[in-house]
Amino acid sequence: MKKRRLVIRTIILLLLAAAVAYTLYANFTKDNKQKVAVNSIAPDFALVDMQGKKHRLSDFRGQGVFLNFWGTWCPPCKKEMPYINNQYNQYKDNGVQVVSVDIQESELAVNQFAERLKLDFPIMIDKDKEVMNTYGIDLLPATFLIDKNGKVVKYYTGELTEERIREFMEKIKP
Amino acid sequence: MKDVKCECGHVNPHGTVLCEACGKILDEQTNPAELLDMRYEGSARRSQTYNKTFIDKIWNFFSSVKVGVWLIIITLIASSLGTILPQEMYIDLPADVYYAQEYGWVGKLYYQLGFNNLYGSWWYLLLIAMIGISLVICSLDRVVPLYKALKAQRVTRHEGFLKRQRIFGVNESADENDFMAIKKQLKEKRYQVREENGDILAEKGRFSRWGPYVNHVGLIIFLFGGMLRFIPGMYVNEDLWVREGETAVVPETDGQFYIQNNKFILEHYDKNKDKTFEKAISMAGEVVKNYQSNVVLYKRVGENLPGEKPKLKKIEDYKVRVNLPLTYEGYSVFQASFRSELNKMSFALTNKQTKKSVGELRVDLRDPKTKYDLGNGYSVEILNYFPDFEFAENGEPTTKSRVPNNPAFVFRMVSPEKPKGETSFVAIKQTIEPFGDNQYKMAFKGIETKNISGFIVRKDSTLWAIILGGIIFMIGVIQGAYWNHRRIWIQNKNGQVWVAAHTNKNWYGLKKEIETVLKDTKLVMPDDQVQTEDTDKSKEKESV
Repeated sequence: MKKRRLVIRTIILLLLAAAVAYTLYANFTKDNKQKVAVNSIAPDFALVDMQGKKHRLSDFRGQGVFLNFWGTWCPPCKKEMPYINNQYNQYKDNGVQVVSVDIQESELAVNQFAERLKLDFPIMIDKDKEVMNTYGIDLLPATFLIDKNGKVVKYYTGELTEERIREFMEKIKP
Repeated sequence: MKDVKCECGHVNPHGTVLCEACGKILDEQTNPAELLDMRYEGSARRSQTYNKTFIDKIWNFFSSVKVGVWLIIITLIASSLGTILPQEMYIDLPADVYYAQEYGWVGKLYYQLGFNNLYGSWWYLLLIAMIGISLVICSLDRVVPLYKALKAQRVTRHEGFLKRQRIFGVNESADENDFMAIKKQLKEKRYQVREENGDILAEKGRFSRWGPYVNHVGLIIFLFGGMLRFIPGMYVNEDLWVREGETAVVPETDGQFYIQNNKFILEHYDKNKDKTFEKAISMAGEVVKNYQSNVVLYKRVGENLPGEKPKLKKIEDYKVRVNLPLTYEGYSVFQASFRSELNKMSFALTNKQTKKSVGELRVDLRDPKTKYDLGNGYSVEILNYFPDFEFAENGEPTTKSRVPNNPAFVFRMVSPEKPKGETSFVAIKQTIEPFGDNQYKMAFKGIETKNISGFIVRKDSTLWAIILGGIIFMIGVIQGAYWNHRRIWIQNKNGQVWVAAHTNKNWYGLKKEIETVLKDTKLVMPDDQVQTEDTDKSKEKESV
């Protein structure tokens, strides 16, 4: 009798505690728009680059992918671009690919930007912000490091130094 | 702890004040001279009897009505604090700047205490959750013993129980006819009459005692509905901006639905046409009659990767107007807002001396071309485009964003006279010729704007719980408020006939009823042992 009472009370309290814990947890995570977690498989996408070539993220399996989101109007993006380009040229033969996604700008702006900074890696425009929304990106520049198995190794928002970019590329080198 | 066996033979749980069956006082501490406290029928509220384990301690904390009332008071105070300054969702500036700037040190403190997002803070949610827990445990801890006690009650009651009812009277004698008449009257008054050894228990409206608990069940379902909002997919409330002529994916639908905005329409009341409103219109100026977006809803067919063009199947055309949302599969798209954006700019390549135009071009500000050929050896190239132009700190022209709020261009104008081209920087109301005097200029011709409809996409799968909770809540209120639980005992004790009565509220009504029941008999009207009106009222407040 006494034991039964304890069991019933424990069950009821646990149920209530679980409901409260879930609500609090959901409330904390709801503002966190980051939809792609580290160690998860990077969501696949397909975009056409400035030369008209279609790239699928999953085509790069077996290589490390340095996925960079940016805009021509964003000063830190502009600053890190030449460094990314340098390191791209160093690592492209070592199995690291740079995939550079501009968010919703005109081809003219992107082409002129790429020309001025002499960028060698493939650049694509996310016209409808679909890839951006899939990756839950809020601030630019945003960089995802994806290893040869398509897994996200690291996520970084903000300007990168050349040193750091090299570090990152080293990390995803197959 | 042991159960308590009453002299009538009924076994009561430990802590029982009045025997569930006969009503004998089991708790020695009760003063025999006083009237009985009939709350919860003198049953053993378990929280007050067991206090052994850790679980019991938590249980007992939440089982206290006092704790519950304090939780409600604290929540009320906290809720009112959140109304002193605007909450974060209603301000335009970043919160760390806004509060200090608008309200000085008070605002700064307000922000530092985290009151800027009070209703979403963990401690506020915890308070609400604790009220919910208190509600569940308080109710369980009272309804179960009360139910058991009312179920176990026998017709024949202990003398002490009857004597100490508020309404009590003694008659020396009564005959069979009197009992017949009383029973008839009671049945007419819709009492349920039970008899045992010539004793009578008449009872009605017992279900009114469950009113508060039904009400609490409703509240708990209501709170549960509020909790459901936190489950992904149950509640969606998102903004969606779609330019005229464009198609956008509807957020939070897993890319299933797309909306194409064909046209945004803004209509005003016309003073001449809408004569009824003539006065009002001349007073208020422009009055909007209609905000409308003509849209097409599409559903995606098959799979596509983000970035790929989806295959779409048309579902329906719809005119979304204020309060007339497009609703499909639980999602509603409301007309919420609009704005216009610069769309195209036209220029004429003009000879500065002769002021003659040699050709015009129209630049799509969201997708400008590199080169515009005007024929006859004239052409214009865009060397640089700044959609949201400003001068950077180092004096270079730059763009603040990708939105064409303030477009500026660096043009190269090629003409038969100047085959290498002349360079000109053109912004709104501003032309700079960086390499000296040009022969040609880009004369501004006009501007086209495009409307962008602002929608709110909403889905609420929690409404059923809120509505159900509300209905049950009201049923509980009505059940407890409009019915009274009344009992009348007419029993043979010591060769006398004793009359006692109890109700959970409305003693006046009960007394009236007893008067009618005893009218044609030799029995006299029992006394109300709480004589004065004042105590009457205070007693009523206590009864649950």
